[in-house]
Amino acid sequence: MDILETIAPALPEPAIGAAVPRNPGTALHADWFDAVQVNLSATERRAGSYGARRSVKKQYQAAWLVKAIQCIDLTTLAGDDTPGRVHRLCWKARRPIRDDIVAALGLSDAPPTVGAVCVYPAMVGPAVRALDGSGIPVASVATGFPAGLTPLPQRLAEIRYAVEQGAHEIDIVIHRAQVLTQDWTALYDEISAMRAACGPAHMKAILGTGDLRTLRNVYRASMVAMMAGADFIKTSTGKEDVNATLPVSLTMARALRDYGERTGHAIGFKPAGGLRTAKDALTWQTLMREELGRRWLEPDLFRIGASSLLGDIERQLEHFVTGRYAAATHHALA
Amino acid sequence: MSSVPPPSVKEILHTMDYGQSPESESHVTAWLDQHKAGFHHYIGGSFVPSLDGASFAVMNPARDTLLGRVAEGKAADIDAAVAAARAALPGWAGLPGHERARFLYAIARHVQKRERFLSVLESLDNGKPIRESRDIDIPLVARHFYHHAGWAELIASEFPGHGPVGVCGQIIPWNFPLLMLAWKIAPALAAGNTVVLKPAEFTPLSALAFAEICHEIGLPAGVVNIVCGDGGTGAALVAHPDVDKIAFTGSTEVGRIIRKATAGTGKKLSLELGGKSPFIVFEDADIDGAVEGVVDAIWFNQGQVCCAGSRLLIQEGIAERFLGKLRRRMATLHVGDPLDKSIDIGAIVAPVQLRRIEELVRQGQAEGGTLWQAECPLPDRGSFYPPSLFVDVEPAATVAEVEIFGPVAVAMTFRTPAEAVQLANHTRYGLAASVWSENINLALDTAAAMKAGVVWVNSTNLFDAAAGFGGYRESGFGREGGREGLSEYLVADWEKSLPEVPATSTALSVTPTAPAAAAGIDRTAKLYIGGKQARPDSGYSYAVADANGATLGLAGLGNRKDIRNAVEAASAATRGWGAATAHNRAQVLYYIAENLETRAAEFESRLRGFGHDAATARAEVAASVRRMFHYAAWADKYDGRVHATRSRHVTLAMTEPFGVMGVVCPDEAPLLGFVSLVLPAIAMGNCVVAVPSPTQPLAATDLYQVLDTSDVPGGVVNIVTGERDDLAKTLAEHDAVAALWYFGPATGAAAAEAASAGNLKACWTSNGKARDWFSAEQGQGETFLRRATQIKNIWVPYGE
Repeated sequence: MDILETIAPALPEPAIGAAVPRNPGTALHADWFDAVQVNLSATERRAGSYGARRSVKKQYQAAWLVKAIQCIDLTTLAGDDTPGRVHRLCWKARRPIRDDIVAALGLSDAPPTVGAVCVYPAMVGPAVRALDGSGIPVASVATGFPAGLTPLPQRLAEIRYAVEQGAHEIDIVIHRAQVLTQDWTALYDEISAMRAACGPAHMKAILGTGDLRTLRNVYRASMVAMMAGADFIKTSTGKEDVNATLPVSLTMARALRDYGERTGHAIGFKPAGGLRTAKDALTWQTLMREELGRRWLEPDLFRIGASSLLGDIERQLEHFVTGRYAAATHHALA
Repeated sequence: MSSVPPPSVKEILHTMDYGQSPESESHVTAWLDQHKAGFHHYIGGSFVPSLDGASFAVMNPARDTLLGRVAEGKAADIDAAVAAARAALPGWAGLPGHERARFLYAIARHVQKRERFLSVLESLDNGKPIRESRDIDIPLVARHFYHHAGWAELIASEFPGHGPVGVCGQIIPWNFPLLMLAWKIAPALAAGNTVVLKPAEFTPLSALAFAEICHEIGLPAGVVNIVCGDGGTGAALVAHPDVDKIAFTGSTEVGRIIRKATAGTGKKLSLELGGKSPFIVFEDADIDGAVEGVVDAIWFNQGQVCCAGSRLLIQEGIAERFLGKLRRRMATLHVGDPLDKSIDIGAIVAPVQLRRIEELVRQGQAEGGTLWQAECPLPDRGSFYPPSLFVDVEPAATVAEVEIFGPVAVAMTFRTPAEAVQLANHTRYGLAASVWSENINLALDTAAAMKAGVVWVNSTNLFDAAAGFGGYRESGFGREGGREGLSEYLVADWEKSLPEVPATSTALSVTPTAPAAAAGIDRTAKLYIGGKQARPDSGYSYAVADANGATLGLAGLGNRKDIRNAVEAASAATRGWGAATAHNRAQVLYYIAENLETRAAEFESRLRGFGHDAATARAEVAASVRRMFHYAAWADKYDGRVHATRSRHVTLAMTEPFGVMGVVCPDEAPLLGFVSLVLPAIAMGNCVVAVPSPTQPLAATDLYQVLDTSDVPGGVVNIVTGERDDLAKTLAEHDAVAALWYFGPATGAAAAEAASAGNLKACWTSNGKARDWFSAEQGQGETFLRRATQIKNIWVPYGE
């Protein structure tokens, strides 16, 4: 047995800055996930270790937080969203940190912007206009977000509408019942159809992990979504009782790694909901770096779905720059 | 370290390195500076230098720098400390439990208040990552004192009729310096003992910081004494005649020396020794979870953990995938300065240990093992070793058998669960095991089959003050933690004032000296081995005299080969008898009682032949029947516990039989003494090789007909008559005998204890004291059951 010579193929790692090739998907291989076991306690122990085993301080912390900003999908998904509200959010997306702080960080020549702005389909148009020329993509939720229980033709039509409106990324929600009843073929077929409907837009598959409940379900749903061509897998809608947690994120990262090793495709990961503090961001970044590698800290493979996180990061960065604790009112509203 | 200017934010945005996150050491440095003149022992409430002024250097293993000089204790310093502990004993033991609880509570609180200080100090002295000392060691120290503050409060009601053992000598290792101190001192103090503790010479500093805490909370002088030094200091403590108990954690080699040194001294002994613990991964395990388990098993505390899961046993079908994942995981481990919050692996405790690891790894390679080491950068100075993994290792290889005590795992494969169990148990050690499977049937079946004191299912290296910790086999005996650990520091009040057994002449004559007392068909008691009567290997019988010196009958003169045969028969019987239900065993015990009572007259007559008067003989047979009922009653009631450790865990403390036990019976009460020892042993599922009283063996040998008619399976009880101490020595030396009880005279007890050092079997003797076998307090009860079992703690986390 010469194990050390024949280890599993390495996870693909596209060069930084180079476009990540899109995931063409594969046929449905139930044998890739049927036998997989996920032990809750063991997962929790590992998930609980990132904050304890790794620490970033001072200028390292500042850099990591800037990187986190670049990965934020700045989000508004509320019933009272208006074009004006979306416009305000987009301006925050263009200038997430105050200029004086950007200057103090030495980043004035290329000020950071967020990863994307994430809105409902009806708000894609206003968002695209507000972000014109910024290079910031607009992401739209679709497919009957958040429950995903409208008929499939309507869900697919919603994707096409958002793409027509100019969305670069589509955050679809999966039909959770298909996971809960283990109907993998149906799940695969639906997500494949959604991916086709996305066309050139990148597809993030929201698993609704709070509804799936068990980590084995999370692993299996992740695998099916990737086989069906998801460019990103995303934890939650932000509307479930439980949103992104570390054990769920670890399970998805492991699925993503297994898929990458089997197929050679690099898939992105997006935790959403539940990340509110700069410390949360650092912990999730550590998870990505430890489980998947440095490449998965870049916005083309890592996004954070959040609305209040940015405010805390701004205050931490101001503290790094000035040595004084900051007030929220000193930073622009989103 | 800061000769290069730190990188800019922009540069870091490219590398996304972690950078360094050093924990501040300024408070500890200030403390070390205060003690620049040297650290002292803590004796009788004062910090004092060695009487001869000797001291030794204590180094920071990560930087090869001096942390301080520490007093080096000699026999005279140990003398002073033991005297202080002795003087403090009456006062401390006499305090109400509640008062002791307040002191232990104050210690716990102070440890918490100094948590960061103690963590930094521990990492500087030992080299362990600050993450571990901060998140594991020190919190567990506080937890241990809280837990035992509770025991101090409850001790009078939970252990009625018991008191402290006395002055306890405690010797601890360098791998978890303060935690091992807590494991030793907390239960000792809770039970009312006073202690003299010797920390390891590599790592004495946290013990001295602890002494300051004792001082600060006003712990009465002499209750805790700390004497620093090396093995010589420890030897002086072990040898001190006024020490009542020795508790040792360290190597099996030193444990063996201590076992011999304390033999016959009457000192209570508990040993927590080495291990080569298996880490079994079945094909239905959470593979990624198990890979992380390996990190926590062997790359925890640089692998310098007695219970480290160092032998990876991987089911063949998943071995390639598992080891591939493990290899990748190894590559992400960071080795570096223990005070850096972003490292996984710190420094090896001392250069000498590093050299030992290097030497064993070289040997492993020379024997054909394939070594894989992570290519992680190591610091330029200090004792560091990279995480390492051996594959292509056969069970016979040195690295697969020897405890490396470093960050080196050895991987082997297995085909079936049965083979996994066989490989796992095929070791002289038995401290811990880790079992990974998502199938509850397989996981619990394997946990039950492990010959180990601690089994972690789908987890590893979990500790809690409420759960016992300690080993099977050559990993030692005695438990630390929980109720089972506390009992090591208690002794029954009546035990303190027992009379000596009169030394008996044991020269047995093979030629009858006087005519047989009674006519009739000649009856010669043979040995009883494997359910059959067996002629002694020697071909000799010896004359058993009655009260008047006339030959009452003949008994077989057993020798070492008869013991060998009896042990083989007992070993063969353990599988069936140990696996029988407790109810089944109870049924058999009741049946023995029934059949003994049927033949009561015969046994009374036998006892009268030895000179017992009719009333005494009748009473002894009746008591024997009652005792059989007693243990039949207990057979299905002496069960384990579920310890309250962590949430969403069951921690099962299971009582398990040792397997094969040697039982050497007393002269007083030849029938009742035999019954009182053999019955609890077999009630718990052990198989026994019993040596009856040499002068009055016939009461026991008569019993084999009773056993035959009582459905006792062959080999469960074996009886070898003959020269007691010769047979006891063979039993004590026999490596397949897991426990030995000796109830003869003091000289024999000493010899048995010394001879038991070979496989470090649990050895229980009466220290040459006679107990009243007729008394329910002295002759029966839970003590016997506790001594007939060992506790296995099985940790089962759950949750979906």
